[in-house]
Order: sequence, then structure tokens, then C-alpha cells
Amino acid sequence: MNRRVVITGMGAVTPVGIGVEVFWNSLKEGKCGVDKIERFDPVNVKSSLSGEVKDFDPLKYQEVKEASHTDRCGQFALAAAIEAVEQSGVVGTVDPFRAAVYVGTGIGGFETTESNCRKLVEKGARRISPFFIPMIIANMPAGSIAIKYGFQGQATPAVTACASGSNAIGEAVRAIRHGYADVIVAGGGEAPITEASVAGFNAMKALCAAEDPKLASLPFDKRRGGFVIAEGAGILVLEELERAVKRGAKIYGEIVGYGATCDAYHMTAPRPDGAGAAQAVVEALQEANYRPGERVYVNAHGTGTALNDIAETKALKIAFGEDEARKLTISSTKSETGHMLGAAGAVEAIACALALRDNIAPPTINLLEPDPECDLDYVPLTAREGEFDLAISNSFGFGGHNACLAIRRPPQL
Amino acid sequence: MDAFQLVSRALASRLGIDLSEISLDTELMELGVDSLDSAELLMELEEKLGIEIEASKQMKTVRDVVNEIDRAAKA
Repeated sequence: MNRRVVITGMGAVTPVGIGVEVFWNSLKEGKCGVDKIERFDPVNVKSSLSGEVKDFDPLKYQEVKEASHTDRCGQFALAAAIEAVEQSGVVGTVDPFRAAVYVGTGIGGFETTESNCRKLVEKGARRISPFFIPMIIANMPAGSIAIKYGFQGQATPAVTACASGSNAIGEAVRAIRHGYADVIVAGGGEAPITEASVAGFNAMKALCAAEDPKLASLPFDKRRGGFVIAEGAGILVLEELERAVKRGAKIYGEIVGYGATCDAYHMTAPRPDGAGAAQAVVEALQEANYRPGERVYVNAHGTGTALNDIAETKALKIAFGEDEARKLTISSTKSETGHMLGAAGAVEAIACALALRDNIAPPTINLLEPDPECDLDYVPLTAREGEFDLAISNSFGFGGHNACLAIRRPPQL
Repeated sequence: MDAFQLVSRALASRLGIDLSEISLDTELMELGVDSLDSAELLMELEEKLGIEIEASKQMKTVRDVVNEIDRAAKA
């Protein structure tokens, strides 16, 4: 069985806006979502900036009791799922056992973990909440979305650090393609802006220490000094093509390829030659029937760490060949949003679908001093109009996880 | 504040409902309070009152919770 899989709903909760169109307009305008950390007092950590979701009210999406028993990570995922599922109009059209939820997260309930660990130290074991475990486990965003919509098909979240959102979508595509489900809510959520989390990423020297938001998230720029931690969620409703057409659903794009590999090299560093990432891109391009000469938009992983941006540039050159790689239109929207870890890939897949829809590549903002080792076209500073045949989204996670999604316009039927 | 007031206020704020919806005979299940919710409620009350409540006790109604608090407070 080899069925086609299309996107019939999208939802986004990001540091540059809540709601897909708000998010997309911000990206096109090159809005910077990086700002002073407000989730906690950063006086004791080295980073003072993050990409926080502003003005998020969980009570718009959940009752008081449910919201208080859902970690911020799951609240974001649920909010994005509600936007995507309502837009899709799929509820009531599908056998519950043929509808599934593949929503991943890099870490899970970081805020809840931290608050309960503080309670353990300050007040003792008797004060650990009965909701501690259900609120922190990384599969609970998927569980909560399944409960909300009564979707009883397999709910298997990907947990592949910063590739989680992309792996979740890719695995969901395969599940629909091969007949295990007809509709899957897929994507990722993350809420990692806590003191322990930022201190942990700092200890790895993964985060930038800049104090000026315009000098913080600097993908492919030689001044880059690490990523900016951010939070949010991205969700797609994926659906088998024929049933989507039959019920008259609006189609936002088709996921035509997915590649996934593991570097098997180092806990956190990417393979310097980019070979693992390149193979994921090659697999996605093959599934997408990519032909040299096609106009391709690449939403890069582009974290702004010293190692990633060079390795990713190499990977793109290996996968496309040097000549075609120079024709790619590449941007890192993490320059605007910061790095939403397990949510990033899903949010960036949405950016790819919209780049194809609107014939525009969002920019890599702040890119004023290109790194000579990052010598491709990264659409610096302002968005660029251009018609693309194919869009790909790269996501690479600690642990060596590489995932690439390939997206085309809705099929002309 | 007596035990009933404490319990009903804690429940009302937790559930986002009006105090008038809670009486001594209200069943916890009716309010949508499951076993995890009631464990969390008792923990909050323990902390507020500085008492220890026997967690294994079956509590079906608001009255059961109030009685348990009164018993623990006397202990």
C-alpha cells in the first residue's frame, strides 16, 4: 500500500505569534521573537534571552482543572492541535480507531519536573503532586490530544530531541501511507524555558550568551555563539489524499518525502562531515522524486551553533551536489523564533507549506556577517519572492537524530 | 474558617465552579474529581492545616473529606 498524504489542518504556537497566519506574517516580516527571559529570574544563569510565547492563556483551550494538570508543553501542543483540527473539519468524518496522534516533544514537562524537585527538597516527598508523573511524561501531549478528540488509533510520540517534531510527522506520513491510519494529528510541543534547563544547556555551551536580541540567534553568521532557547508547538492534521478530497477538505500541501538517520557519532555533536544529515536529505528527496533543476526552498535546522551550521551546509552540498546546492533558497527561521527544540521541526514544516503556497521564502534575520564556511544562499535579512517546486525542512537532534521532510503544493486533481 | 468552608473553597477554585454548587452531600465523582484530584486536594489541605490525612481512606462525598479533616485535626 502506498497512499498519498496531505496536510488538511495546521496549528502554531510560537514566540512570533499564536495561530498559523499570525506566525507566518511575522516570519515574512522578519519579526524577532527573542527577548529577555521572563519565565524565571535568569540572574543565576549565563543566558538572559529566550524565545517565549507571549500572551498565552491556557484557559482559552482547557477548563481550569485540565489546564492546571497539563504542563506548559502539553498546553502549547493542545492549543496548536485545536487550531489544526478545527481548521481541518475532520472531526466526525473518521472512524475513531483510524484517527491517531503522533505528537512528540524533546523533553516533556520540564517546568513540572523542576517545580516538583524543588518541593521534594524544600518540603519533602509527601508534597510531590499526584500529577507529577502524568504531567512530565513525554507522551502526555499526545495522550491529551487523543482524549480531547477521542482519536483511538495508535498514539506514538517521537522523542528525538530537536528532531522530535519532524520525526513525528514523518512517521505519521508512513503510517497513513501504509494503511495503519487515515488521519493523524502530528507535530511537537516544547516548553523548556526553566532555570535548570537553561543552566543545563548553558553548561553544554549550547546557548548564546548575547544580551542584545538582535545579536542572539545568528544562524550561518560568523558571529554566532549558540542557539536561543525557545518554546512553542506546531501541529499538522495529516490525511490520506483520497478521503480528504472526497470530503472536500482544504488541502495545504502534500508530504512527499521523509528521510531519517542517526549519526551514531557523539552524544551532542553532529558528524563534522554532515554525512548522516545528508543521507536523511537524500532519502527525503528520493521519496519526493526530486529532479535536479527543480526550485527548492530549504527550511534549515540552522540553530546558530558553531558546529551545526557548517555541518548542515556540508550536508546540503552532499545531498544536492555542489552546483544544485548553490541554487537552493535556504533560510533558518530560528533566527526569528529561536529554537523550539522538539516543536521546531513541526513549526518549520508549516513554514515550508506556506512558502510554497505564497511563493515566498522567509528570511534569515540578523545575518550580516556570513561565515565563509557557510557559503550558500540563506536569504539574509528580508523575505524573498520566488516560486518553488519543492520545500524541505531539516531537523537534527542531540543523540545524532536527523530527519528531513519534503513537501509539495497540493496535488492538482 | 471551618473544615467545610476550606474544602469547598479549595474545590471551587480547583474546578473553576461556584461555591453554591458544593454541599456536604455532593459526591466528588459528580464534580469530576477523580482519585488523582482528591489526592492533590488532600495534599493541599494537609499543607494548609499542618495535619496528616490517611490517604488510603475512601472518600466519596465532601462530607467524608470534612470528617477526615476534623478527625486528623483532633489527632
